[in-house]
Amino acid sequence: MTDYPDTLSFIYGAVEEANKNGVALEESTALVADIGLSSLEVMELIEKIEDHFDISIPLNILPDVNTIGDLAEKVQELNP
Amino acid sequence: MLFDKFQEMAGFQANLADREVKPFGAVTEQILSATTGIVEGKEVILAGTNNYLGLSYDERCIAAAETALRRWGTGTTGSRLANGSFAEHEALEREIADFYGLNHAIVFSTGFSATMGMCATLAGPGDTILLDADSHASIYAGVNLSGANILRFKHNNPDDLAKRLRRLGDDTKRTLIIAEGIYSMYGDIAPLQEIAAVKREYGGYLFLDEAHSMGCLGASGRGAAQAAGVEDDIDFYAGTFSKSLGSIGGFCVSRHAELEAIRFCIRAYIFTASSSPSVIASTREALRIIRAEPERQDKLWSNAHRLYDGLKALGLPVGPAASPVIAVEMADHSATIDCWKALFDGGVYVNLVVPPASPSTNYLLRNSVSAAHTTEQIDTIIRAYAALVDAGLAKTEQAA
Repeated sequence: MTDYPDTLSFIYGAVEEANKNGVALEESTALVADIGLSSLEVMELIEKIEDHFDISIPLNILPDVNTIGDLAEKVQELNP
Repeated sequence: MLFDKFQEMAGFQANLADREVKPFGAVTEQILSATTGIVEGKEVILAGTNNYLGLSYDERCIAAAETALRRWGTGTTGSRLANGSFAEHEALEREIADFYGLNHAIVFSTGFSATMGMCATLAGPGDTILLDADSHASIYAGVNLSGANILRFKHNNPDDLAKRLRRLGDDTKRTLIIAEGIYSMYGDIAPLQEIAAVKREYGGYLFLDEAHSMGCLGASGRGAAQAAGVEDDIDFYAGTFSKSLGSIGGFCVSRHAELEAIRFCIRAYIFTASSSPSVIASTREALRIIRAEPERQDKLWSNAHRLYDGLKALGLPVGPAASPVIAVEMADHSATIDCWKALFDGGVYVNLVVPPASPSTNYLLRNSVSAAHTTEQIDTIIRAYAALVDAGLAKTEQAA
């Protein structure tokens, strides 16, 4: 179990690596619409998160994940 | 607007039309042989047809289809579960099961419906599917319908598969692992010995799509699992009749008797008409020929090595090993289209592959080799690629 702030912090760091346009990152920042991640970059991000928390994130939950906050909440659910 | 999402594709197609290039949906006006035809008014060597053993134009297969056409008519007009199970279909199911040394088989109307239907049905809500990231579109279509939790492992990476199976714990008892024998775009072969070992360690059911490897690999042409010596580890094989067998249709074979009950749950099998008996008859004949003439596989690989070695010698970016599918990968999209046109104008038809069919953002010039290609035809293909390099259209690995 990881605290939500720690989960969020890790995701901020992982997203920052692909944040080519230097978008200010907040929980409400959209991964694709705001940051412009490609589908390949989204998959790389998911993989980093999976390995860090040693969890598996099913592809079928991704349609519900738009923002950094959405992703952090899903990770919390999968890492109780 | 409803149609907004199609504007990008419309623009792409308009660009191709402006360049007077028709790589998608080029019309074959006449078939001259298994490896030559007249496409869009030009006689070309067919090097992008998946006709691995050259059986699409075999006289024996044509004769078998003609006989069946006279006996059964042009179509079944119904589902296998209604009026569409003819003796031909049942015979092919027995023969394809026997080909694999197994007892249970289902024949589908297309290869797409075989993999899509099986992947949509075998795992459901509460189950997990672990599929190779580079899986075919039909597999993705199926798993997306399944209701199962969908996880991907890195392409051809048994360590990543092991890591993900370990995380599943006891849930591996309800996990379907999906891999392919030969992958359709790069032509690379799955490391099945390692994948099977991982499955034995962690559990799960292994589903193997041999669409591009049946007839091309294995001592009797069963595919990649036979070549790797891991057939006992495969729970379900899927495959197609539209590659090595030169017709159309698909199949699933299994050692699990439950396949007979699963048959009645596959919507892609239930709610579609069965294959025309003439198609089934030519498929049966092609299957007999594969068993009787293993030398076709030797010729296929001889041609594959010749083309691969020729393209590699030119310095073109091809995969790590020879295969019946040989892709030249290019990052410059516009240059790839120019190359496709130059090849076509030079009398060689190959496949232009763009995302999402291409596994990366790169474009591919995808060549598929046939046992029916002559050595001269392979050399002509190599010369056509050499002309691309000489003209500066295709970059070599050194120049890229």
